[in-house]
Amino acid sequence: MSRRCMSDSAHCGAIFALACGAALLFVVAMWPAVHGVVHAEAGAVKDGSADYASPLELLLSPDGTRLYVLCQQSEEVRVLDAATYAPIESITVGRVPRGMALSASGDRLFVTNTWDDTLSIVNTRTLAVDATWQVGAEPSGVVEDREGTRVFVANRISGDIAVLDAQTGAEEKRLLAGRGASYLALSPDGRRIYATHIYPNPAPLRTGLENRTPPASEITVINTQRAEVVDRIPLPSIAGVFHLALSADGRLGMVAEFHPKNLVPLAHLEHGGGFAYTLTLFGADVGKPVEIPLDEMERYASQPFGVAIAPDKSRLYVTLAGSEAVLVIDIPRLLHFVHARPRPASGSFAEDLAASGKYFAARIPVGHNPRGLALSSDGRRLFVANRLDDTISVIDTRANRVASTIALAGPKTVSTLRRGEQTFYSARYSFQGQISCSSCHIDSTFDGLQWDLEPDGFGIDIVDNKMLEDIKDIAPYKWNGGNPNLPTECGPRTEKYFWRSENYDNLQLTDLVLYIRSLPARPNRSRLPGNETTPAQERGEAIFQRTVDRFGKPIPETNRCSYCHSGPHGTNQKLFDVGTRKPTDSGGLLKTPQLTNIALTGPYLHDGSARTLEEIWTIYNPEDKHGRTNDLTKDELNDLIEYLRTR
Amino acid sequence: MKKRANTSVWGLTLLAFSIAALARPQGLSESRTAAQRLRSEQPRSAASQGLPHFRFENFTTANGLPDDRVYAVLVDGDRIWAGTNNGLGLYDHGKWTTYTTKDGLAHRAVLSLALDKRTGDVWAGTMGGLSRISGGRIVSYTQLNSGLSNDVVYGVAVEGDNVWVATAAGACRLNLRTGEWSLYNERNTPMVEIWVYGVSAAADKVYFAVWGSGLLEYNQKTAGWDKYEDPDGETELVLFKDQGLIHDIVSSVSYVDGVVWAATYFGDSRYDGRYWHNFLTKDSGLPSNFTNFVKGVDANHAWFCTDKGLAYYDGANWAVYRPSLTTGKPEMLIRDAKGREGQVPAATAPAHNYILGIDFQGSDIWVATAKGLSHGILQPQRSEAMK
Repeated sequence: MSRRCMSDSAHCGAIFALACGAALLFVVAMWPAVHGVVHAEAGAVKDGSADYASPLELLLSPDGTRLYVLCQQSEEVRVLDAATYAPIESITVGRVPRGMALSASGDRLFVTNTWDDTLSIVNTRTLAVDATWQVGAEPSGVVEDREGTRVFVANRISGDIAVLDAQTGAEEKRLLAGRGASYLALSPDGRRIYATHIYPNPAPLRTGLENRTPPASEITVINTQRAEVVDRIPLPSIAGVFHLALSADGRLGMVAEFHPKNLVPLAHLEHGGGFAYTLTLFGADVGKPVEIPLDEMERYASQPFGVAIAPDKSRLYVTLAGSEAVLVIDIPRLLHFVHARPRPASGSFAEDLAASGKYFAARIPVGHNPRGLALSSDGRRLFVANRLDDTISVIDTRANRVASTIALAGPKTVSTLRRGEQTFYSARYSFQGQISCSSCHIDSTFDGLQWDLEPDGFGIDIVDNKMLEDIKDIAPYKWNGGNPNLPTECGPRTEKYFWRSENYDNLQLTDLVLYIRSLPARPNRSRLPGNETTPAQERGEAIFQRTVDRFGKPIPETNRCSYCHSGPHGTNQKLFDVGTRKPTDSGGLLKTPQLTNIALTGPYLHDGSARTLEEIWTIYNPEDKHGRTNDLTKDELNDLIEYLRTR
Repeated sequence: MKKRANTSVWGLTLLAFSIAALARPQGLSESRTAAQRLRSEQPRSAASQGLPHFRFENFTTANGLPDDRVYAVLVDGDRIWAGTNNGLGLYDHGKWTTYTTKDGLAHRAVLSLALDKRTGDVWAGTMGGLSRISGGRIVSYTQLNSGLSNDVVYGVAVEGDNVWVATAAGACRLNLRTGEWSLYNERNTPMVEIWVYGVSAAADKVYFAVWGSGLLEYNQKTAGWDKYEDPDGETELVLFKDQGLIHDIVSSVSYVDGVVWAATYFGDSRYDGRYWHNFLTKDSGLPSNFTNFVKGVDANHAWFCTDKGLAYYDGANWAVYRPSLTTGKPEMLIRDAKGREGQVPAATAPAHNYILGIDFQGSDIWVATAKGLSHGILQPQRSEAMK
């Protein structure tokens, strides 16, 4: 059957355009001119005027005299005097660094560079890069074992942990971790490494519920001596797990995490919120792992990221990247709560918004998008990296207040893009400060979840979240193509359905849209260097481009892969019925999605029902409405997928 | 720290046994006359003394095994994995745990098992796909959700970053680094039939046991293929003994120390890259020509899992362990290099005659049978004479 093409998508777009107001139309009209000053270089988003530092992670040297600041956008490690905060050195590392760790001896600093897949080895005596090792796809967290024999690197794209020889960098093996493996922590006794991951693991089973199964994540536990995974601590209903900390006695561990409410009936802010932000506690102090909420009754703790535990285990600190604050939790009170309160069968107190009052000690406002933190060895000073302010807050932990703010060298003006990025990551616009764009678009990507976004009835029009990379020229937006442009998508639609609170003003919306338009596609890891292709990729491209099927019968133009998925982004931006409509969908016409980095963005189809690329055609294309594919052999389907992975 | 399955331990143990018999050839076909002469000089009881004696402890559903029909067994240090008809069993610290489809296993019937010695991950071939068991998490690949060629996975092997899979519709390879699946079938290999029953992989070569299409060899360096077939054709007659593979219906293959051991339903073969040696019941200690599974200890020692018992070959002598086909009582049959046969007193035997798999745990063996899993515990050498 041929597909039906929606010929008048402009009608729908016009309705939304009228609602946008004159100011937004002005923005749209000025698009080319505004966009002319923006150039998003491969790597972090950069502004034409200068590079911001964008401090992401912090480390104190073992003797406490130096503060290492990982600056993601300027792609360097800045070394500060930890007493005077005076700059000592700036060390250029690789592209878009994300993680760093000191070696066991303290003489080396490991820095992961996510866009060139390398590890920079910094000599902490000379403060120079001694070596650069090639590692896996999008290396993120890194730790060295206590003996200094192995380095472990979490690879976000491949979802594994590479085990390297600490002297040569030679890769020994890779261990299966969670999807989006990102952050690592070494236990105080050096015997275990704990790893987290930012995207939920794929559902292990195909069930009748398909895309409505609860997300599941894990803490991957590695035996450092054997370099093997020995346990996986389950994190049920969790999607988005970030930093992990362990107490000095090793008896208490905790991870910062998102608990999405993407399943019916709790899906909308007015129906109880889209997220709970929580910690999962584990270890001998708590027995079985237990999830505790960070949110308050009418004030959310949006997007917890960094965690640190005071040396005496009296306090716990959590950066709230969306709430622009640091939470201080009284650990003895927290443990008392965990033991005194009857524990739900689920092991989760996430729904109890009154719980946090039992253990909160303070909430300290800091700068934009606080991320990594470092605690002095005496526990008296807490350093917080404000990524989108280029500052470091220094908190006096006895007074629970910001004692001073270190301004990193860099541009003094806040650019349009920087303002847009601040808006993207801030939860201040949403009802009770619950969410921001980055709650679902983690690190400006996606979250691997399916959502019931609009209040059109519970369970109606479930949609899969999409990646934001390289989307500036692929209007219309939404799976049903209902939004003609990004100002509509990010403005009235977001304000109505998501924020349920104040609107953006026109400049804020302009900044936000410009930021989103500037997001580039990350390097595609399936492409060979020099635009070479593998035989399988070549065969797959021929299938993608074919005009006749295996039996020599012409394939109608609208049923060829290359027709709908045409152009540089792999979309002709039109709507089609590809036979995937579900009884709960209000319509069958769907906008052709882009193919940019398609290998990374599973699950697939508009409602995420296809867990893998293969399932798009092995399960959800019985009538050949999603391209003529049922004549393909298994070999040929594999070839087609190998080609698609290069897009 | 866990002990790892170590074939070299087996090699050392059996070498010690074999020294007594002075019967371990450097290569059967290399100097057969000399080897036969040496063996002929040994006393009559030497074969018995050189062959391992076991005390078998058997596991069934009565003591926790998921199902009595055990298709595959894998030793993972101190832990034992049993692929059964109704789940994957893990024996650890004296207790059985069962993994089923509820845990994410691709299918309840587990036909094959392989250990990634680098990571500790276990790969299970099932009747419904391929499962990876890693630190308690199970990830399953099927012909619908991945590039796996077919859901019926008869064999699996791990070598480096590649997982090699034998399926009912050809072989395939999953590259764990890139995630790429490569399929091997009648379109791109010399495979005529595509029922691939077994795979054995090493750094230099990968061998596939193909039901009806002989033995396929994949050269990892050149990416080229070679095919070994029965020179007699598909007939059950053996016209050209020791001139090639014994039969084209190959059920299992084991590649170790540069030597290929191949099992068929009509006898078994050993190939050292130059010479073939075939084994039939009529001229060896094999209890049956119908062999389900073969596992080489090294270039000169191998175990054969047949429908009439478990057979061990030390390069010259044979031993068979089984319940008697007539009485059901435990028996250990032996046959020396001269063809002299005898029986050694045995108090225990594998759980059943129909043997489907074996793996080594130090000097012990674990045996998959049609009616239970058996743990063969090596016993101190005794000096029984052949009866």
